[in-house]
Amino acid sequence: MGATALFDRRGWLWFLGIGLVLVVGVPLLNALPVTSPLHIPNYLVPLFGKYSCYALLALSLDLVWGYAGILSLGHGAFFALGGYAMGMYLMRQIGARGVYANAQLPDFMVFLNWKELPWYWYGFDHFALAAAMVLLVPGLLAFIFGWFAFRSRVTGVYLSIITQALTYALLLVFFRNDTGFGGNNGLTDFKEILGFDIQSAGTRRGLYIASIVALGLGFLLCRAIVSSKLGRVLLALRDAESRVRFLGYSVAYTKLFVFTVSACIAGIAGALYVPQVGIINPSEFSPANSIEIAIWVAVGGRGTLIGAVIGAVAVNLMKTWLTGSLPELWLFALGGLFVVMTLLFPKGVIGMMAQWRARRRPPPAAVVPEPTS
Amino acid sequence: MSVAATQAPGPAPDSLLYLDGVTVSFDGFKALNNLSLVVGKGELRCIIGPNGAGKTTMMDVITGKTRPDSGAVFFGGNTDLTRLDEAQIANLGIGRKFQRPTVFENLTVFENLELAQKNQRGTFKVLFSTLPETQRKGIRATLETIGLADRETARAGALSHGQKQWLEIGMLLIQDQQLLLLDEPVAGMTDHETEATAKLFLSLAGERTLVVVEHDMEFVRSLAARVTVLHEGSVLAEGTIDYVQAHPDVIEVYLGR
Amino acid sequence: MSRIACFILVLVALIGMPRLAAADPLDDLVQKLGADDFDTKIEAVNGLAALPDGRVLHVLNELSSGALYTTSDHHVVVGEESGDGYTTSDPVDGHALGKAASDDLDKIRLNNRLRGAIDSAKGGLLLFSDQRDDRLAAAADALAHPDPSRIAALVKAAVNEKDSGVRAAMERAIAAARLTSGDKAEQLAAITALSGSSDRTVLGLLSDRRAATDLDPTVKQALDQAISSISRRLQLIGIAATIFEGLSLGSILLLAAIGLAITFGVMGVINMAHGEMIMLGAYTTYVTQQVFTAFLPPGWLDAYLVVAVPAGFIVAGGVGILLERSVIRFLYGRPLETLLATWGVSLILQQLVRTIFGSPNKAVANPSWMTGGIQLLGGGTLTWNRIVILIFCFVVLGVLAFVLRRTSFGLHMRAVTQNRDMAAAMGIPTARVDALTFGLGSGIAGMAGVALSQIGNVSPNLGTIYIVDSFLVVVFGGVGSLLGTLAGAMTLGIVNKILEPVVGAVLGKVVVLLCIILFIQKRPRGLFALKGRAVEH
Repeated sequence: MGATALFDRRGWLWFLGIGLVLVVGVPLLNALPVTSPLHIPNYLVPLFGKYSCYALLALSLDLVWGYAGILSLGHGAFFALGGYAMGMYLMRQIGARGVYANAQLPDFMVFLNWKELPWYWYGFDHFALAAAMVLLVPGLLAFIFGWFAFRSRVTGVYLSIITQALTYALLLVFFRNDTGFGGNNGLTDFKEILGFDIQSAGTRRGLYIASIVALGLGFLLCRAIVSSKLGRVLLALRDAESRVRFLGYSVAYTKLFVFTVSACIAGIAGALYVPQVGIINPSEFSPANSIEIAIWVAVGGRGTLIGAVIGAVAVNLMKTWLTGSLPELWLFALGGLFVVMTLLFPKGVIGMMAQWRARRRPPPAAVVPEPTS
Repeated sequence: MSVAATQAPGPAPDSLLYLDGVTVSFDGFKALNNLSLVVGKGELRCIIGPNGAGKTTMMDVITGKTRPDSGAVFFGGNTDLTRLDEAQIANLGIGRKFQRPTVFENLTVFENLELAQKNQRGTFKVLFSTLPETQRKGIRATLETIGLADRETARAGALSHGQKQWLEIGMLLIQDQQLLLLDEPVAGMTDHETEATAKLFLSLAGERTLVVVEHDMEFVRSLAARVTVLHEGSVLAEGTIDYVQAHPDVIEVYLGR
Repeated sequence: MSRIACFILVLVALIGMPRLAAADPLDDLVQKLGADDFDTKIEAVNGLAALPDGRVLHVLNELSSGALYTTSDHHVVVGEESGDGYTTSDPVDGHALGKAASDDLDKIRLNNRLRGAIDSAKGGLLLFSDQRDDRLAAAADALAHPDPSRIAALVKAAVNEKDSGVRAAMERAIAAARLTSGDKAEQLAAITALSGSSDRTVLGLLSDRRAATDLDPTVKQALDQAISSISRRLQLIGIAATIFEGLSLGSILLLAAIGLAITFGVMGVINMAHGEMIMLGAYTTYVTQQVFTAFLPPGWLDAYLVVAVPAGFIVAGGVGILLERSVIRFLYGRPLETLLATWGVSLILQQLVRTIFGSPNKAVANPSWMTGGIQLLGGGTLTWNRIVILIFCFVVLGVLAFVLRRTSFGLHMRAVTQNRDMAAAMGIPTARVDALTFGLGSGIAGMAGVALSQIGNVSPNLGTIYIVDSFLVVVFGGVGSLLGTLAGAMTLGIVNKILEPVVGAVLGKVVVLLCIILFIQKRPRGLFALKGRAVEH
């Protein structure tokens, strides 16, 4: 990293400017009295926080799909695992305030007549351990999975299908009551995080700021990776994998590295998401969720990083609006989006803008790399 | 096969590459049939043969893309290449140019050479690598050699077919490999470019070892090198271009029936 | 005149019948049920059980349900509460006897001993029932509760029995009763008779007997042999049943995957809407059935599948062709984008069906010839719908193989998939072949939907249940090989069913998924992989 600067001067100005507006502006406006015309209502803060978690998740997928050509249809699994790790911490924070007032066991275990805490719940009362698990569990899963997959050169659609099978298998496991993750209902009824009331407006602002900061740092990290020489190896192997091998680079380890990093980022997104929506359940593992992430990235324009962020926010804004006002239309719209984006705008919003700019200004602008598949 | 018979006990002392009874079959079809071949250090060797003779498969076996059903490939004495993967083989000092030029179309010409340049290949080394001025100079020099100095920032995908061939040759050069495997290097080049390529190869021979697969007999003749004729996965004849062109078996295979 | 006399005589005789019957032993025994001591009652019940009379069962039923009473004048009657008193009737022929005050009636009380006697008496009586199922159930009951006192009735029933299956069951019950009671020779004969059985109950009886301490060594040895031979047979039957269940699941997976074997395996199109083609086939079945119920005579309903199968093929195939022409043809050679676009189509199709038919599941009834099943030895049933689907899937596979290998359309299809440019140069209309091939794959998915509607409910997300499995079957079996798809589906089906009892259904599925993931990584091109340069991109 470092051979190529992350941004030029203008890029840094934009990045810091937008970051400042989001980190300082939104909480300030939220803190204004309700009567003020500029006041941002309380319910919007966690909503924005949720969007930035989605954006971070989309970013992680763009890193592997847009740059390394790995279309993972199981990224929802890494997101959900991060979420569950955080959820387990939050469950332990409930303590004796649950319905059954049992300080030793979470409510659902009491309900299932469990006598003691399963070993894999040990230590989740400590935030530090939970936070480590947020990174470790998705990262380790991605590493093991990728170790097998990339070394045996599973690529393209085959890889997509087995990542989908992976998240499907996890869905089945987490759905069961006896695996100890709350079964169908998942983990919910959280009370506090790090000692702060999880419902209070202040905590929500804090979580929102944390999400934005995480998004910003995630963006910088991805940006650093793709603008390093490794980033060029990634682009090279996306387009001509065997050629990269004949140059002496280990394709498997390169992929393994970004895949694992990407899974950790997805895990962080999940961990920040859970306290803001107040629940984590197995449906987060459903293959449909994972494939939806791909459409966020495709809408924004893959292989551009910023496109993933824009796509995630745009699609989810549309989702919030449509599921609120015309719920039966949402799936038509989402389905249509998949078809229209792939058929007509394969380069996404960013690609369209670049084309449009190129047409207005005759000299060849920096062309967005064109993914081959 | 006659070669194998005369050199049966093991690789000759000054050989760089030694294929020993290599057989590869795809669904019953034998792409290579007990192929044995020796290439000496610093030699320039041409491989010719009709379609399906096994030329590309032979390259695949040497570079680790295809595992042979039986036989061994020794490099520089006693390293058996059939136990290694592509990246390990490349790092031993074997470079390959493909039949269809494969450059990284979404990277610039400069970046293509940067990736090919002899350097640390470990994932983390690559992640934190910088490009010192000496290496930058090396890339510029190679750009001059392959005549693409003015296209440094162009996307490789935007090059002409001949220019891509040259870029790929440039990538081989900057990789600084001992053994260069070149699959149809002058396909799609103009006469002028072909001539320049022949000159380049001749200048490289001696210092490096080159194995050139080519259909273009004029080009092969201009290299004035030892020629091996492959047919149905084994060696049919070997010798100077005039010798093999006069060989009755070769005439039979190319013109017969 | 004499005719009229005759008629009157007959009439009198008919009316007089009950009175005549009243004098028979049945009536006496029924009256004895009113005795005060239980021994007499039990004696009466046993006496009743020995009577070859159909009316006895009714009396015993009334007795065990507590509806029999004694009147103050020591008659046994059936009493039924009405208002503040009881209406009474005769327990034997059921004719009404008028009303009685509660004070006048004493309930005939039961104890456990009496109940046992009633139950075994009823069991004995059922042995003579004219319903085959009753007799069979009675024999099974006698087997489960061996009782030497019932041997006589069983022997009598077995002698009269016409149905060989029922007779065998009765003979096993006799042997079971003799196992503990008879002399050594009888016991050994009983053990030999029982050793031919494949019934867990028999195994249990023999094991219980084996656990006894005072066994004769010969009997002991015979018991050991019998137990091991039954266990072995049960094991074999268990394996056979598991294999059938596995094949049945495999046939369902195969049906779901065959269409995909064409669209994905042959054409290389990743069709995530494949599951929705199955779903459309299932809804076509539902609609066909509704149409038959509404417009055709009820007798025709059984034939609705004859219409539903081609209709499912046409509907799903038509949608498939439309999808190929409007979306997929623009995406050839871009598999990941095809995946996303067809996923979008699947969302749209699901929502469309939900809008038209509503989200709740729709039930499709089996035609009567597909209900029920074949009883298996050692328990378990092969249901007809599963057997029919198993056969249907092989028929579909056979027809498809024929189409691919022997028709000119099949030849064109293979030509186009192997070398599109060459095929086009030879005048094959490649675009039309693409559309029809995709239509064929989708149509087969539609037929799969017709079949799947026979074993479960029809819902808008029916397809999503099968899509992951279908892809795994095709990938596992080897892309581009119908034989591979067959082997893949059957292997997965059987492995699933073997794992199910060991680790449970859900975890079994997870294990299978993980195994496939590992397998694909070991052999990325599946079980029946094509090898060679042609398959490398």
